[in-house]
Amino acid sequence: MSTLLEIRHLKKSFGGLTAVNDVSFDVAEGSIMGLIGPNGAGKTTVFNLITGNHQADRGTITFRERALLGVPTHRIVSLGVARTFQNIRLFQQLSAVENVLAGRHCRTRAGLFAAALRPRRQRQEEREALARAVSELTFVRLRDCALELARNLSYGNQRRLEIARALATEPSLLILDEPASGMNEQETSELVELIRRIQQRGITVLLIEHDMSLVMRACQNIVVLEYGEKIAEGPPASIRNDPKVIEAYLGTEEV
Amino acid sequence: MSRNLAVAYGVATVLLAAAPLVLDAYWVDVLNSVGLYAVLALSLNLILGDAGLFNMGHAAFYAVGAYTAAILSTRLHVPILWALPVSGAAAALFAALVARPVIHLRGDYLLIVTIGMGEIVRIALVNDVLGLTGGANGIFGIARPSAFGFRIRRPQEFFYLIWAFVAATVFLFHRIAQSRFGRALNYLREDAVAAEGSGVNTARYKLIAFSLGAAWAGMAGGIYAAKMTIISPESFSFWESVLLFLIVILGGSGSIPGVIVGAFLVVGLPELFRGFASARMLVFGLAMMVMMVFRTQGLLPLRQVRFKHSDLVKAETAP
Amino acid sequence: MEQFLQQLTNGLAVGSIYALIALGYTMVYGVLKLINFAHGDLFTYGAYLGMTLLTSLLLKDRLGMVAGVLVLAGMVMGLVGLLGVILERAAYRPLRESPRLSAVVSALGASIFLQNALMLVYGARYQVYPEDILPQTAVSLLGFEIPLMRIVVFLASVVMMAALYLFVQKTKIGTAIRAAAIDQGAARLMGIDVDRVVLVVFLIGPALGGAAGLLVGLYYGQVNFTMGWIYGMKAFTAAILGGIGNIPGAMVGGLLLGVVEALGAAYLSIAWKDAIAFCVLILILIVRPTGLLGERVAEKV
Repeated sequence: MSTLLEIRHLKKSFGGLTAVNDVSFDVAEGSIMGLIGPNGAGKTTVFNLITGNHQADRGTITFRERALLGVPTHRIVSLGVARTFQNIRLFQQLSAVENVLAGRHCRTRAGLFAAALRPRRQRQEEREALARAVSELTFVRLRDCALELARNLSYGNQRRLEIARALATEPSLLILDEPASGMNEQETSELVELIRRIQQRGITVLLIEHDMSLVMRACQNIVVLEYGEKIAEGPPASIRNDPKVIEAYLGTEEV
Repeated sequence: MSRNLAVAYGVATVLLAAAPLVLDAYWVDVLNSVGLYAVLALSLNLILGDAGLFNMGHAAFYAVGAYTAAILSTRLHVPILWALPVSGAAAALFAALVARPVIHLRGDYLLIVTIGMGEIVRIALVNDVLGLTGGANGIFGIARPSAFGFRIRRPQEFFYLIWAFVAATVFLFHRIAQSRFGRALNYLREDAVAAEGSGVNTARYKLIAFSLGAAWAGMAGGIYAAKMTIISPESFSFWESVLLFLIVILGGSGSIPGVIVGAFLVVGLPELFRGFASARMLVFGLAMMVMMVFRTQGLLPLRQVRFKHSDLVKAETAP
Repeated sequence: MEQFLQQLTNGLAVGSIYALIALGYTMVYGVLKLINFAHGDLFTYGAYLGMTLLTSLLLKDRLGMVAGVLVLAGMVMGLVGLLGVILERAAYRPLRESPRLSAVVSALGASIFLQNALMLVYGARYQVYPEDILPQTAVSLLGFEIPLMRIVVFLASVVMMAALYLFVQKTKIGTAIRAAAIDQGAARLMGIDVDRVVLVVFLIGPALGGAAGLLVGLYYGQVNFTMGWIYGMKAFTAAILGGIGNIPGAMVGGLLLGVVEALGAAYLSIAWKDAIAFCVLILILIVRPTGLLGERVAEKV
């Protein structure tokens, strides 16, 4: 498998606090990769650096042979990196389908004049965008909620709606920040199934998760962070038995 | 557009078209003010209601447009209707320049900065900046507009000019709301970080929202200059910006029919109760407080329903 | 040199007034993260109340000059502080859980309401303070004649600011205010009654603003119902300049803005005097939004 995302010597500090320190790892194309670690280990910061929400102090991030550092977030999205947020960030007062249409924005062109004059090209584009948005809703099993306001959806459905919005941008890499948090057993199982179906579409998935059973079931490869540094990397079986991980992250508890 | 809304617009059009035939010149002039404020408030609504950018200096854009038209008319004798696009362009350019460095500021800070921007513009006009604005006295002798060889001078004639402009604005802004562009503004309002993270160039859309709103306010300013034939800095004070803000918030932020109703209430209603004219701002201030507690979304929060079930089904089944 | 010194002392006097008003903005912002747009109008109420009490109670004749003015200041501060508490109850408390911008709109509404209520009672024209309250003499400083009023205004402001600073640093409720400003949720968990903190902040801030209004009335001799908005904007600029939420910052920002404005008006252009503060405001928000003494805080994604 070829490398889709390559992270080298990434460093970021906030004031005196070093959140991410000399972190390097690769994400293989087509894989599902997990990023785990105790609270405050710098996982979300790594995500924010990849998507351009924060600027790195040092290091490189290369996506398909393209340097991502310094590229504005919306450009990174159109290059093929989409994400969800740890604390769900939906457009609360808009319907589910309008939320997903946001993801189509970077794949469509119509501007102000097209909005005013409505040429045939614009109407065609609108139809296609809507069709794609509805099909992404169907994909995450939210078709029935298409016209409900995002804020009226259940917690689990809001998480799935965020995934649909990200998928609508046609990403090659999908970054999920704690997708299962707040979900019950049943919903988590459905999420694992959804993540597998996303992989089957040829999309690479990188996720942060605290639910170990999910990480172990879904991920092919895992990177473990502690205090901003990488302490282990490998397939679930080896992570499970890595003494450093057990000590630092899992304590003495069995996984 | 929903059927009910279309019917409401139809009835309103008929009533308004007949209004100059039954009302005297005074009341027609009141309706002219309502129309002008409706256009201004709709242009502010694009920035404040649709994109969620707290702009409390809208009078500055209105002023730039009015002064541009006045200067073109009095110095270069450009017919005022021809000057309107220039007014709009000047206001848009001005908005783009001043908004660029401050556009990233958070809501309440942006509000303060736009207040400051509005005041700086007013002080500049009073101080006769560039030697073109006539200082505190302003500019007088602005030519009346004429269309197809017909000179517009009576209130009844201005009525049709202004309300045609309102109608065009409403039509156009509804189309914008129902488009990729309009949705992008809403994403901005709801959550700018999520919008950027979904691929929307938020900085660019903020600037365009400001410029487009300013362009419309600038054109309204041109019409105002033609209607009054005299303009001076006091017509573009901080309180004009507050009044426009009020119309949008009370009527229903983000709702085109709401904003029009807001213009009737804020500009038209005090004319009905002339005895209370001095107390009107007191009432409006109170209304803003009460409104935020009991009805944050405004009186007529008719956001346009963008899609119906049938639209979705059609999209699904299309080849 | 003469002109420079005159403008400098004038700037310090006006700046200390800005600082007093700025304290109200910055304390409220610190605890509630809300710009209290009606704060400038509370300042105006201080000026008008001072005028009315002066003319109606004849305090100077009854108590003598110093005691009379002190009692007057106490009454004005108490009444405006009370008004601040009422304002918080009516316009802000019901919106504590609402989107922040709803509270901003409510604050604007409160400002418009207060201003127009004043206009309906007193009329739209300038009102004149009684002239003979404080002696209109000058004192000699480094060989120059400085009006006594300037020194009184400056000293009165500095004393009040110092008192506030000690109050916030040394008392229990002051510590609670600082704690609530850093993290309201954590403060609540530590057993701090945040509602009480808010109450105290809305008592002290407006009281200081009211005192500033009284000082302006005494200093300039005339007041107007709209003056709160321009003073408010300038004081807010001072708060931003020093770093909003930061009490010493508001003091530094106020004095600095007063001096810059006085010198700018004297040496650049008097006609553009009011624009100076707005330019400072816009520049500081572009270049360093956290102000001179504020700390940078990254937005949470």
